[in-house]
Amino acid sequence: MKVRVLIRPKQGILDPQGKAVERALPALGFGDVTHVHVGRLVELEAEDSSRLPELCEKLLANPLIEDYEIHEI
Amino acid sequence: MRFGVLQFPGSCDERDALIACDRVADATLIWHEERTLDGIDAVVVPGGFSYGDYLRAGAIARFAPAMEAVAEFARSGGPVLGICNGFQVLCEAGLLTGALLPNNGLRFLCRQVDLEIVSGESVFTRGMEIGECLSVPVKHMTGRYFAPDQTLDELEARGQVVLRYAMGQNPNGSARDIAGIANEAGNVMGLMPHPEHAVDPLTGSADGLRLFKAMAAVAA
Repeated sequence: MKVRVLIRPKQGILDPQGKAVERALPALGFGDVTHVHVGRLVELEAEDSSRLPELCEKLLANPLIEDYEIHEI
Repeated sequence: MRFGVLQFPGSCDERDALIACDRVADATLIWHEERTLDGIDAVVVPGGFSYGDYLRAGAIARFAPAMEAVAEFARSGGPVLGICNGFQVLCEAGLLTGALLPNNGLRFLCRQVDLEIVSGESVFTRGMEIGECLSVPVKHMTGRYFAPDQTLDELEARGQVVLRYAMGQNPNGSARDIAGIANEAGNVMGLMPHPEHAVDPLTGSADGLRLFKAMAAVAA
């Protein structure tokens, strides 16, 4: 199966990348866009999806600072 | 005694670390594929961009064969110092608590800072006075130390916060101005600043050498 893993900074942790993007938006006429967060996207193929959470916790995300979501595509 | 300085693909400060170690004892480079640390009395995990910092700084280096040996060495009480990327690797490996996040200002920083000794309980600061300052450079993009508040309280209560940026000099937004922390036993320390770049008055300061001397004294 093909899988897409979304990784983003945990809520409450300062995300300077998101802030920088947000600050640039008014100059482009997108002043009404808020709460921008920048994360990572990892696509992979796996035969057995049951171990994917373990893979995410061990490598793809750092659970102390990041949340992840696993989506089948 | 003999220092071992790890080298990953993408390390770039291993030579300066080797020179720093060499000034106080014998020192040798250890390639990341080595599985043992035979004859090594103290380990330095140096700065740089191990494995290109892909995914997260330090995330891939923690799985290097040499890191298994370092974890075993640390568990048996051997002194391990992680500098900059080495600090990130030790955090990812779970040998130290917390994580390093991108600097508040999103910029790569390179400047001399004063580091205040907060705890003399680690093997790296033994014999140093609390409140004493070391002048050492920082150079990093991902150096904002983070841990949940409760963890920070515990680290402080146990004397595991070893170094802070001096008042008003926090370069990256690090929690509680933390520049370096140790594990509970005090034999593993990570710090973002680079003591290996401050070992000769020619480059502005030789204060960094004191950390290597303290390590050598303990491991001897």
